[in-house]
Amino acid sequence: MTVGEIIKNLEAMVITKFLPDETEIDWACATDLMSEVLYYSRDSSVLITGLTKQQAIRTADIADIRVVVFTRGKEPDTPTIELANEKEITLLITPFSMFTACGILYERGLRCCPE
Amino acid sequence: MKGGSGAVLNKSMEKNYEGSFHIVGGDFSRAGEASTELKSILQSLGIEKEIVRRASIATFEAEMNIIIYATAGILRYVITPEEIRIIAEDMGPGIEDIELAMQEGYSTAPEWVREMGWGSGMGLPNMKKNSDEFYIDSVVGEGTRVEMVIRRQIFSEGRSNDH
Repeated sequence: MTVGEIIKNLEAMVITKFLPDETEIDWACATDLMSEVLYYSRDSSVLITGLTKQQAIRTADIADIRVVVFTRGKEPDTPTIELANEKEITLLITPFSMFTACGILYERGLRCCPE
Repeated sequence: MKGGSGAVLNKSMEKNYEGSFHIVGGDFSRAGEASTELKSILQSLGIEKEIVRRASIATFEAEMNIIIYATAGILRYVITPEEIRIIAEDMGPGIEDIELAMQEGYSTAPEWVREMGWGSGMGLPNMKKNSDEFYIDSVVGEGTRVEMVIRRQIFSEGRSNDH
């Protein structure tokens, strides 16, 4: 699934964007636990999380994840947005819950990072 | 935090690079800065992407453990043409039962740490998973020392040797 399709399917608000719409995203990782992101994720993943703090951006950056989606329309604070800009991470906000966001992306073919 | 002491970087990688970071316990606002800086150093040396990723993840978990549990700690790194060695030493409560602490999901982290997205009991297992050699030593009431080696050959044998 491409970044553009993720934005469209999740009706997402784009906060920061560094990747072209056609960039392919191969896997999804959905969790609020940052160690799970580090343990299970692959690069070329999208992180879907309700943790709208700097920690989510920092963790994504360490794990080579370039797209982060915050769920339930939760807006991050300014330092979190600044960090996303600094680390060139594409940051999206979807109005959907994590469950629904995952369901939408799964239905359209995106799958969980393989263990 | 002081970063990258003594390291003069170039891409030739003909010599070893060493440095250290001082980590202050409880300082969540700067959590991950040391690991991010080390990642930049590894990238600037032209080290293979997957090796950089493994070293960065292992270092990040070690840094978070110092921030979550200890008063203070130091992260040291030595980069040679063969390996990346990361040593994390802290002045913290120590670990009573290392075998238990190595189990996935076991955690003694307080609730406020979990609200920050950490403390799910994956830190030590994740450090071991991403290391080719993993050593841990702890004294209750004094602190913990973790040493991790990530070999720079991609197809290395015998990952995660316990000690």
